[in-house]
Amino acid sequence: MADNNKRNAGFLGSIATAPSTDEFIKGLWRDNPVFVQVLGMCPVLAVSNTAENALAMGLATTFVLLMSNILVSSLRNFIPKQVRIASYILIIATFVTIIDYVIQAISIELHKSLGAFISLIVVNCLILSRAEAFASKNTIGKSILDALGMGVGFTFALFCLGAVRELLGNGSLFDYSLFPANFQNWIVMILPAGGFFTLAIWLLLFNSMKKKE
Amino acid sequence: MLSKTLHISTSPHITKGVSTDSIMRNVVYALLPVVFFAVYSFGLSAFLVIITSTVACVFTEHYLCKLSKKESTISDWSAVITGLLLGLTLPPIFPLWMAFCGGVIAIALGKYIFGGLGYNVFNPALVGRAVLQASFPVAITTWYPSFLPERFSNIPSSTLAFPFMEPDLDAMSGATPLSAFKFDQVSTATNDLALGLISGSTGETCALLILLGGIYLIARNMMNWRIPVAVLGSAFVLSGIFYLIDSQAYPSPLFMLFSGGLMLGAVFMATDMVASPLTPLGVWIYGAVIGLLTIIIRLWGGLPEGVMYAILLANALSPHIDKMTQSRVYGTTKSKVST
Repeated sequence: MADNNKRNAGFLGSIATAPSTDEFIKGLWRDNPVFVQVLGMCPVLAVSNTAENALAMGLATTFVLLMSNILVSSLRNFIPKQVRIASYILIIATFVTIIDYVIQAISIELHKSLGAFISLIVVNCLILSRAEAFASKNTIGKSILDALGMGVGFTFALFCLGAVRELLGNGSLFDYSLFPANFQNWIVMILPAGGFFTLAIWLLLFNSMKKKE
Repeated sequence: MLSKTLHISTSPHITKGVSTDSIMRNVVYALLPVVFFAVYSFGLSAFLVIITSTVACVFTEHYLCKLSKKESTISDWSAVITGLLLGLTLPPIFPLWMAFCGGVIAIALGKYIFGGLGYNVFNPALVGRAVLQASFPVAITTWYPSFLPERFSNIPSSTLAFPFMEPDLDAMSGATPLSAFKFDQVSTATNDLALGLISGSTGETCALLILLGGIYLIARNMMNWRIPVAVLGSAFVLSGIFYLIDSQAYPSPLFMLFSGGLMLGAVFMATDMVASPLTPLGVWIYGAVIGLLTIIIRLWGGLPEGVMYAILLANALSPHIDKMTQSRVYGTTKSKVST
């Protein structure tokens, strides 16, 4: 807990002084939403069973994050403080509805395999936390960079999980078989338990890499 | 070691002179008859499976210690026990590469990630087996008949499957007594069960040798006798009640005790010193939870065998059991303890 507070303090402190390209970079590495902030675990664990699902989920979240950050940032002086969370949810829900229909239009199979998790982007704490902690306090330009950085970082992390899980659990990547036909699938990897294992191992690797820096 | 002139330590100050590695070494001695019988009844492939999982455990422990720049702890024999126990819970024709992965997972995810020996929440060997069961459900439930005449000259092809490739399991058969009862309603004679003239995991077949090992450890005061007694007693009572209600639908309590991994689990796995509770009452509760859960899973679960999950669940409960059964500290009142 104490460690968490320290990190948040450092993170909020960095906003004031950092140059604007840093708003993009920080989401990729230093404040990666999955590996460092451990936000939005529900979609991370649930739809990272294949690389395709993971990438689609990451891109959908990035789109919603970008649009909601733009709107929240441009309306930041008009939204009354007392109803700000409700307003953010309303803004986010609008874009989630759009992306829901877009995915249906592109591929009905993808929509089926992502299931309820598209609608659940509404309550993804990553998006809400960027709206509350960043977009409502910063200019539109900075908010766009922040959303892009966080979105790409989130997509990257989801892809890291999805690739490992699909590779071991299915022997393939993007449905393209990489191993001989009699490859033994690690069935646990495409089960929910495999999501926890893979996330734990990535967190371990990421933290040890950060420590070495 | 601290300075030689001033040695500061916490209690207990009077010890019996029994160290971790001497206890662990004695557990290995107690396991040896079971290992020998496994090799005798299932032949060369069982020997290879047990050796592979043991080597994997010791290698992983050594490597992880080196990686975290600590002194290697393989000399305390605990990794050997984990490897032997894991090997003894696997089918005799289990692919060697899977057994190796199981050993690595058992030590890395079951033990070292929590901080090594003394910090593991779960029995490491069972963590390894649980991951293997979830990963390779077909290979881990494909049994092989025991006492085949060619068992010392011929290694089944599935044992030597190429790493990460599917083993060829089509030609194999041989149901365990538990799966025969669950799926075909065929019972096995208790004599055969006790003497190990049956199919099953490499080390779970001969109940008498397992009991012998347990009695040796209890006699040397290196094992808490309450745990196996509680596990076997509660399993016996619960299955006995159902047997009395309907002896056609439910197997006899003796069959329940001597079949499957219950004996091995009760004697060697539930008694894991780190993952079991410490208080005398807590130990009884812990053992009873394992016995009851095992019977419940066997009778109504989807799997024929449930000892592994019963022990892992009870391991997760054991810190809470310890907390609930703390004895009252002299001089305090009951309400003070609970706050």
